Amino acid sequence: MNEMISVQAQDFDMATEYQALRNDNNTDHNSSDGAVVTFVGLVRDYNQGNHVSGLTLEHYPGMTEKALEDIVVSAREKWSLGKVRIIHRIGQLNLSEQIVFVGVTSKHREAAFDAAQFIMDFLKNNAPFWKKENTDIGTRWVEAEDKDKIAQKKWQR
Amino acid sequence: MIKVLFFAQLRESLGCNELAIDLASDQRFNSVTTLEQLREALAKTDENWQLSLANGKLLMAVNQTIVDGSQAVKDGDEVAFFPPVTGG
Repeated sequence: MNEMISVQAQDFDMATEYQALRNDNNTDHNSSDGAVVTFVGLVRDYNQGNHVSGLTLEHYPGMTEKALEDIVVSAREKWSLGKVRIIHRIGQLNLSEQIVFVGVTSKHREAAFDAAQFIMDFLKNNAPFWKKENTDIGTRWVEAEDKDKIAQKKWQR
Repeated sequence: MIKVLFFAQLRESLGCNELAIDLASDQRFNSVTTLEQLREALAKTDENWQLSLANGKLLMAVNQTIVDGSQAVKDGDEVAFFPPVTGG
């Protein structure tokens, strides 16, 4: 198991994270993984009808890490995965800044693609983070969206 | 003692992020055995708490796991109430 979960205020570097997924001290395992899938989520300029200039991410310390670990355990039950890396930022974030990183390795691409999608779908619904946006009409808490619930449900077949 | 945490818009509307409650010795809470009963007892604080905690979408966690209102609450537990999550 190579669980690497970080909840942090500081930014992350995609190239560094990709390298860490590619090569590690576990060389035996690494040469058997033929696929690396990564996802990065950014602060978008428009949401739920208004222009957004930035946001603040609140979280539930302790439970956040536990919820993310549980999601990775569920993903590993469904697919044979190599490394899994999750980074989620907290605090004040400006437009276009990176919010979340998910990286998954596996022998073949299907498992890595599916597991990355699964992890994001569950993170959206189960990990205790809350966004408060700065918009052109003032600050507001982001409302949870039904489409995220639907996205999660498709894995329960 | 139990610890009760509130997050995001619920924390703001209550003006409270954390409570410590002694279930056994506090008259308002000494009949509380489940999470739903704890929610009801907290709602009796005043009109604002009543209104804020009436939101049917609120999620509840005991010891950092999301559970439903039938979950038992006992001394030493960490309980949390929060709105649907919006990370990612």
